[in-house]
Amino acid sequence: MQDLIRRYGAGLTAIICLLVFFWLAILVVVPNITLFESSFRPYLPVTEIGGPKDVYSLDNYLKVFSGQVEVSPLGFTFLIPVHVLTFFLTIWYSVVVTFLCFLIAYPMAYYMAKVAKPSSVPTLLLLIFVPLWVSEVLRAFAWWIILAFKGPLNSLLLALGLIDAPVRWITGYDAVVIGLIYTYVLFMLFPVYNAVSSLDTNQIEAAEDLGAPWWKIHWRIVLPHAKPGVASGSVMVFMLSAGSLLVPSILGSTTSQWFTQTINQWFNDALDWNTASAYAFILLFLCTVFVALAMWAFKVKLSDIAK
Amino acid sequence: MSAGIDLENVCCDFGSFRAVDNANVSIRPGEFFSFLGPSGCGKTTILRMISGFIDPTQGAIRIGGKDMKGQRPNQRPTALIFQNLALFPLMPIWENISFGLEVRGVDKATRRAKAEELLRLVDLPGAADKMVSQLSGGQKQRVAIARALAVEPQVMLLDEPLSALDLKLRQHMRAELRAIQKRTGVTFIYITHDQGEALAMSDRVGVMSHGRIQQIADPREIYNNPVNGFVASFVGENNIFTGDVGQVADGIASFATPHGTFRARLGEQATGKGVKLFVRPEHTIISAAQPAENAIHGRVEEVSFEGNFIAVHAVTDTGMKMTAELRNDGSSDVPEVGAQVWMGFAAARAAILPDAETRG
Ligand SMILES: Nc1ncnc2c1ncn2[C@@H]1O[C@H](COP(=O)(O)OP(=O)(O)OP(=O)(O)O)[C@@H](O)[C@H]1O
Ligand SMILES: [Mg+2]
Repeated sequence: MQDLIRRYGAGLTAIICLLVFFWLAILVVVPNITLFESSFRPYLPVTEIGGPKDVYSLDNYLKVFSGQVEVSPLGFTFLIPVHVLTFFLTIWYSVVVTFLCFLIAYPMAYYMAKVAKPSSVPTLLLLIFVPLWVSEVLRAFAWWIILAFKGPLNSLLLALGLIDAPVRWITGYDAVVIGLIYTYVLFMLFPVYNAVSSLDTNQIEAAEDLGAPWWKIHWRIVLPHAKPGVASGSVMVFMLSAGSLLVPSILGSTTSQWFTQTINQWFNDALDWNTASAYAFILLFLCTVFVALAMWAFKVKLSDIAK
Repeated sequence: MSAGIDLENVCCDFGSFRAVDNANVSIRPGEFFSFLGPSGCGKTTILRMISGFIDPTQGAIRIGGKDMKGQRPNQRPTALIFQNLALFPLMPIWENISFGLEVRGVDKATRRAKAEELLRLVDLPGAADKMVSQLSGGQKQRVAIARALAVEPQVMLLDEPLSALDLKLRQHMRAELRAIQKRTGVTFIYITHDQGEALAMSDRVGVMSHGRIQQIADPREIYNNPVNGFVASFVGENNIFTGDVGQVADGIASFATPHGTFRARLGEQATGKGVKLFVRPEHTIISAAQPAENAIHGRVEEVSFEGNFIAVHAVTDTGMKMTAELRNDGSSDVPEVGAQVWMGFAAARAAILPDAETRG
């Protein structure tokens, strides 16, 4: 604070602080508190708001348990509430997306940080950045076109003779996963790239000199060093995927449902903001718990991620 | 076990820049061999070629008689100690040391025992479970040595491993390294830009400049009989005269300079132009009486007391600065500042040498 005042003067510092405060308070805290509060109140006609029926309860939250469906994974058949199923599928596919993002980003990050000539890295970064300039909606639609049953991907694969008949890509959660990976892989790439490039190349060479094969070098030297980067990348990709509405809406199939889509239906179709808020807070809370558990399981400290 | 190393016409280019130029050297099994040279002369490059991280542009490298072409670093019987040590900060000390055994599939109990044994060898018992960040510079040094020894290499390559240590510790580690080398019998190739270190530790020294090996010889020979001006200047101090070679008889030549005509040994490579006369300060006599040979008259400018010796800086009547070193044993009179003195040197102790091998 002292530093800020010295650098920018009292006037400018006050303005900066006010802006930050405005941003946090008016745009983040207040709307969230409002939604949080309304999530405990029933959805009522305008005339009854504030009336005798307008009391706090957990009813909105308990709605996730209504309406059972039958599922039979791995041969076990059991009943599960629809929205709970949607929630678990959302978490599961977000984990899949996160893991695949890691599989794609790690080799790229390692290549850019340690293999590529330092002079060619800016060009590579630029090439990777360019797709970000296009809006997320357009990118999702682009994938929708690419993956379409009679789209370019199938034509290409058919022409190359790799497949005999067109593949239905947009089925189940496949296209959603592809779209989410494409949208969020950079959130994995950059933290991992930063982490890997901070590794002293001599350590890689020392390991090799001591006789380590390449996979051992990665497992024992590079990955442990990059762990904080992988962790922060994973948290970001997971949270963004689980919270994404656009990609599942555009690339989803008739058999896919993302939890955010359910929330959106409460908001926009049922116009029941109270239940929608309750669902949104369920998602936020359980995702945070899930991330905390994952961090605990992988022995990642919060301070590592902040780096 | 130890192996010899042969470099045959080895060159290394980085683009159009030649970092190592036509290196030829045969290092004997069990030898302590040092490469000595100023920063940027290509020492690390030579070491990285031997360990396999850089392929030579030309020439062959043989270890134990076997051509190393196409062998990756993890296939060579060498262990490199890096200039910055490159210990693994996320592993405890014992895992650092036994990493080479871990990749060879040795079981944990054996690894642990071997690590403890090596820690005793490098005089660091009880450090097995510490982390790298908990050790001092000298201790890290020893861990790096232990880690390299663990894989039982035939050749140890050391890249200025002592440069980060303070003087006392450096001297201690020199003796330590030498002792470890004697005990294990492994061939050591040691890199340094510190001439004292190279002369004190090595069986033989290769002096390098601008990617070229200038001279390979044992330390005495390097100091007493440098082949050219570069080697003479790099391994010690000199009083240097510029002039022309006159008559030669029995290897002693007369040498005409603006400060007088002197007699000195003619170095083997001293032919034609660009030669200079080199006399070490400790071979320069300083006295009130005129010496019998190579006498120069001058005046004392400064006397500096260095502990074990006293450096007398004088200026000749012809205006050249000269330094003489007297041993601080009471046997010689130390002249006062401003005194008129005679200086001189024995012809056998002075050499006429070419400047340096020029790059071809
Ligand atoms: N990868 C590289 N690409 C281009 N030039 C290089 C490379 N590595 C080294 N050089 C150049 O080769 C020369 C020799 O480098 P080297 O690292 O062998 O020097 P050195 O003798 O070990 O010096 P120091 O004592 O400072 O470690 C230097 O001029 C350096 O700039
Ligand atoms: Mg070097």
